[in-house]
Amino acid sequence: MNITVTLIAQMIAFVVMIWLVNKFLWAPLSAMMEARRQRIADGLSASERGKHELKLAEERAVQIIKEAKEKATEILAQANARSNEIIDEARNNAKAEADRILSGARAEIDREVERAKQELGKQVAELAIAGAERILKREVDAKAHEAALADLVARI
Amino acid sequence: MSAAENSGGGSVDYIQHHLTNWSVGEGFWTLNLDTLIVSLMLGALIVFAAMRVGRNLQVGAPSGFQNFVEMVLDFVDKQVKDSFGGKDNKLIAPLALTVLVWVWLMNFMDLIPVDLVPAILHGVGLEHFKLVPTTDINTTLAMAGVVFLLTVYYNIKVKGVVGYVKMFLFHPFGKFLIPVNIIMTAIEELAKPLSLGLRLFGNMFAGELVFLLIALLSGAATLGAALLIWFPLQVVLDLGWLLFHILIITLQAFIFMVLTIVYLGMAHASEDDH
Repeated sequence: MNITVTLIAQMIAFVVMIWLVNKFLWAPLSAMMEARRQRIADGLSASERGKHELKLAEERAVQIIKEAKEKATEILAQANARSNEIIDEARNNAKAEADRILSGARAEIDREVERAKQELGKQVAELAIAGAERILKREVDAKAHEAALADLVARI
Repeated sequence: MSAAENSGGGSVDYIQHHLTNWSVGEGFWTLNLDTLIVSLMLGALIVFAAMRVGRNLQVGAPSGFQNFVEMVLDFVDKQVKDSFGGKDNKLIAPLALTVLVWVWLMNFMDLIPVDLVPAILHGVGLEHFKLVPTTDINTTLAMAGVVFLLTVYYNIKVKGVVGYVKMFLFHPFGKFLIPVNIIMTAIEELAKPLSLGLRLFGNMFAGELVFLLIALLSGAATLGAALLIWFPLQVVLDLGWLLFHILIITLQAFIFMVLTIVYLGMAHASEDDH
């Protein structure tokens, strides 16, 4: 139990031990733990950033949807207006065409009526003349009724 | 029952036999080979384990032993940071870790049955073998001495030679009691490493002694009816002291580490902090 040279040997051993522990355990392990701390911090900040970006993206998406809706409404309104326009135009065109056809038909009818009238007049006259001829051949002296016949022919 | 073998010379011989180092040399130039071999083997074990852990460190998902080492390292680091605050010192933390692990392992040798290793080595022809290096005052005072030299070094490094001398002159009683101050501070500074080394030595030595006394219980009794009483008692007592000693060896290793940190932290305090 005396203090001997063992003390000095143990002191040297102790110093060497400190050096070895530092070299093989403390230095690599604390460096690794520092790296891990850094990595975790990076991961956390990245996730924070990701969250923030997600929020921004969501906001942007909402904005875009809103704009799209507005645009769709606008386009819908335009389309409605345009379709009304087209319908109106078609209706007007149809009306005009109908009027044109109607008036053409009316004119045709009028002409046909006129022609029929003339035809009828002519036939009536011919009939009258034929009838008159028959009557006159029997009873009327051509000479005596010459004046009347001439008058009749002239009138027709 | 190797105690029985030694009981020819009585209990005192048995105990003294167990407290004698395997040594070479005479007087001061005695080398306690058992102390050196056991402590160096334990040191080699630490370095080996450290190299194994240090070689493939997992940053992502550490497992098993690395977790344990990290836990110890974190614990030591916290102790150092608590004492040192912002002051950065690359040496203190590895030093504290070494103290904790090495002292704990050397103390742990105390838990190995007192007669086991000496009995085995007796068969090889070794007369004496003290297994626990921390029951050798040379070990504990060596570590305390290194800590003391470091405190002197850091005192001079932080305060300067003049500051260090001033500490002896004007502390603790001011400039009017310089002779008293010198004596007081010298005692204070020397008491630190002495108490540090002797505390560990004393605890471990006493623990070892209690183990030896417990081992003597049935060893002293002759074979016969008395053994039926003493043997169970020895088992119970041994188990009890063993469990209690687990606490002691851990506590002593922890105390040694904390005091090492505290003394070195005091050495780092500048003049204004006093």
